[in-house]
Amino acid sequence: MTTNISSGGRAKCELSFTVNGERRTVRVHPMERLLDVLRQELALTGAKEGCAEGECGSCSVLMDGALVNSCLVPILQAKSANIVTIEGLAAGAQLNCLQEAFLDFGGAQCGICTPGMILAASHLLQRNPQPTIGDIREGLSGNLCRCTGYVQIFDAVAKAVQFKART
Amino acid sequence: MTSNRIVGASVPRKEGRDKVTGRAQYIDDMTLPNMLYGATVRSRVPRGKIKKITFGSGIAWNEFVIVSAKDIPGKNCIVLIVDDQPCLADGIVNHPEEPILLLAHPDRHALPKAVDTISIEYEPLPAVFTIEESEEHREIIWGKDNTFKTYLVEKGDIDGVWEKADYIVEGEYRTGAQEQLYIENNGMIATYDPERGVTVWGSLQCPYYIHKALMTLCNLPADKVRVVQMETGGAFGGKEEYPSMIAGHAALLAIKSGRPVKIIYDRMEDMAATTKRHPSRTRHRTAVTKGGKILGGEIEFAVDGGAYTTLSPVVLSRGTIHAGGPYYWPNVRIRAKAMATNAPPHGAFRGFGAPQSLFAMERHMERIAQVVGLSPIEIRRRNFLQPGQTTTTEQTIREAIDLEKLLDRALELSNYHAKKQRFSKDNRMGTSKKGIGVAAFLHGAGFTGSGERNLSSVVDVEACADGSVRVLVSSTEFGQGTKTVLCQIVAETLGLEYDDVTIAQADTGEVPNSGPTVASRTVMVVGKLVQSAALGIKQTLTTSGALERSYSPAEFRTACQNYVAAHGTFRSSARFEAPSDVFWDDEKYRGEAYAAFAWAVYVAEVTVDLSTYSVSVNDLVALQEVGKVLHPVLARGQIVGGIAQGIGYTLYEKVIWQNGRMQNSQMTNYIMPTSADLPPIRVFFEEMGNIHGAFGAKGIGELPMDGPAPSIINAVEDALQVRFDAIPLLPEDIFEKLATESISKSGPHSAGGVQSQ
Repeated sequence: MTTNISSGGRAKCELSFTVNGERRTVRVHPMERLLDVLRQELALTGAKEGCAEGECGSCSVLMDGALVNSCLVPILQAKSANIVTIEGLAAGAQLNCLQEAFLDFGGAQCGICTPGMILAASHLLQRNPQPTIGDIREGLSGNLCRCTGYVQIFDAVAKAVQFKART
Repeated sequence: MTSNRIVGASVPRKEGRDKVTGRAQYIDDMTLPNMLYGATVRSRVPRGKIKKITFGSGIAWNEFVIVSAKDIPGKNCIVLIVDDQPCLADGIVNHPEEPILLLAHPDRHALPKAVDTISIEYEPLPAVFTIEESEEHREIIWGKDNTFKTYLVEKGDIDGVWEKADYIVEGEYRTGAQEQLYIENNGMIATYDPERGVTVWGSLQCPYYIHKALMTLCNLPADKVRVVQMETGGAFGGKEEYPSMIAGHAALLAIKSGRPVKIIYDRMEDMAATTKRHPSRTRHRTAVTKGGKILGGEIEFAVDGGAYTTLSPVVLSRGTIHAGGPYYWPNVRIRAKAMATNAPPHGAFRGFGAPQSLFAMERHMERIAQVVGLSPIEIRRRNFLQPGQTTTTEQTIREAIDLEKLLDRALELSNYHAKKQRFSKDNRMGTSKKGIGVAAFLHGAGFTGSGERNLSSVVDVEACADGSVRVLVSSTEFGQGTKTVLCQIVAETLGLEYDDVTIAQADTGEVPNSGPTVASRTVMVVGKLVQSAALGIKQTLTTSGALERSYSPAEFRTACQNYVAAHGTFRSSARFEAPSDVFWDDEKYRGEAYAAFAWAVYVAEVTVDLSTYSVSVNDLVALQEVGKVLHPVLARGQIVGGIAQGIGYTLYEKVIWQNGRMQNSQMTNYIMPTSADLPPIRVFFEEMGNIHGAFGAKGIGELPMDGPAPSIINAVEDALQVRFDAIPLLPEDIFEKLATESISKSGPHSAGGVQSQ
């Protein structure tokens, strides 16, 4: 890692990590938030800022398999990490089963929490492939949604479990 | 053409794929070359004269673009109803967080420090923070008497009823402010060049409100202002009026700098500075017979409007008209007023005055029931509006609504009677008390009174070269499903496939003014217009001979392609025309207030834990008559989402005010429900149809906001046998009330306000 002082007076460093299966190298201030690096340096704008304090979960991404609020992660911490964002979930034009279910069962309304919510659901299903409704409620409680009242999100996750079981 | 293939089916949301893949473009996802970032310097005092502004040291101020009131090319106001709200304070501030200066810089990290370094000296002026202080008139902070607007509704002879009453029942009810808390904060990008004028892109509900505000502020003609809606991450009324302010700020910075300017609020700024639901106070005095019939009543409805008029007159209007609930009042007098205080202006939020006055009405019905000695069910049954009767504004109920039937079905679905009995037995023991409560209510769809006539909305439907048709409206999508439902209506009307219909981005450079996306009007009012415009396309194609009277979707596409190839694309327009039999008197506030009402009965079941004083909702049955349901998944999504917000309004969401400023402007200390907090919400529809809406639809978006608060608080009263007449109701409020009640040792319902005659 090399560090220098940019013209703006903010020290920058170069670091690399994997995003959606691709190795990426950025040159940014080490305390820059992972969220900003994804959105501004890498143009991956699916992760959203809702509160900037880890309450709403709309900036959720997967980092080395863990669900993190990317607004709370300094980029230095993401060095060499394996990151998955909403953009990495679908295989080309083929939607992931969660995306499909959110679309069909009303899991997305305004859509701003949706990328984070789908990643949280995906994280839940990785740990617990057959969640009960209680598990889903609990598993998604770190991601706020103001539109849906969550019920159709639960429906969508439950349906995705069924899709998965069929395929 | 088969009927209703598409209307009534849960087709995929038009923009859904973009939303689930993260591709949907919200305002903060957009960047323009050479763009600056803007920030707002705001008042730190509730009221005062600005004496001196000092730009602190250690900042390279020459790198910043700085805008003050004197840089405004046009009139310094945000045009809406009354032109009293400045875009930037000029010499005087009237509320905390009032915008004073604007800064822009290429590096957004440079802004917070610069804002902090600016110090503003004020000569403080006495401020007013509550409805009561405002009505005392000790300090006049707005107009002659601190009053933005009053209404008087009078029906029958209210002064003659008191002597005929067996009981006179009085009560006072209060509701607090509520933050809309859309997850996407407000934001705008503006550009300016002398040729094209100002263009703004943003998170917003009402493109033409902003268009009008910018024309006045920037002194530009209509064709030099363009407003484009980006994907909008929730709004709920919270992006109805304040976006005009932010668009104005971004435009002023863009004009001064000659560069694109982006302003994105962070959560604290959004919560502290932008609008919230109006706090309210409602007083009821009701004359009732021994048999529980309402003879008449006086209702005083007051809302806290904050420092400027903004939308308070119309919020007050809706609250006033809904104040009598779904009941028959032979005689009534409703006095309503919106008062000024030195808080940021309160504004639109789903329900728009109705949740406030309906909370009071439905709590007051419980009180009447107790005084008369009837059950909460029976008192409602005996007073429900019947077809042929008139509302408080003397609107005759023409539809065949049967509220008793609706009530019976809700009681059955919730197993009300059995539960009520079981809870009252079980509650004798233990520290956990259960209760069940009912609320009956109505919600008017569309603008109030002459509102739709004045809006005179226009929509276009366009025949495109590829044979598809495109809907052009200023109605915006912010989660409700506007795009989807309007396309369904057109596809159904023209006998096309859903995918044959697209909808244009809400861009004032392209779409006509179909009015604001508010007031549960989109599906009912705009939907009907879109349907009529679509028929115009069909008529053009058939009269020209391009299309047979009976056709398949493929034949339509071919005919449309051929016609457009020969004659060019064409549009069919429709403009709103008020039905001739609809009468409304703005002076007397009398007549047909709404083209249609939706009706509902909600039943809430709660548990109050007497060791933590917390209330949990265990079940919520929501039964409503909303006309024809055009999209079952979206409709259910609206109801459940509204109920979740209503539960937050009732039990969680408390705005803590200090000197007119919100103290808890963060998601960590302003608590909205999470997925773990909500009960099963069970949604049921009755469908009666409605002649005014497309395919029989009525408005739906706001209705579910009205029911949770009264049904839940009625249930809490049932559980504890203690009366609570204010929301939000937090555990500490319950603790305090129970402590006071046990000290005074008074019976549960012995507090004043009841006279027997």
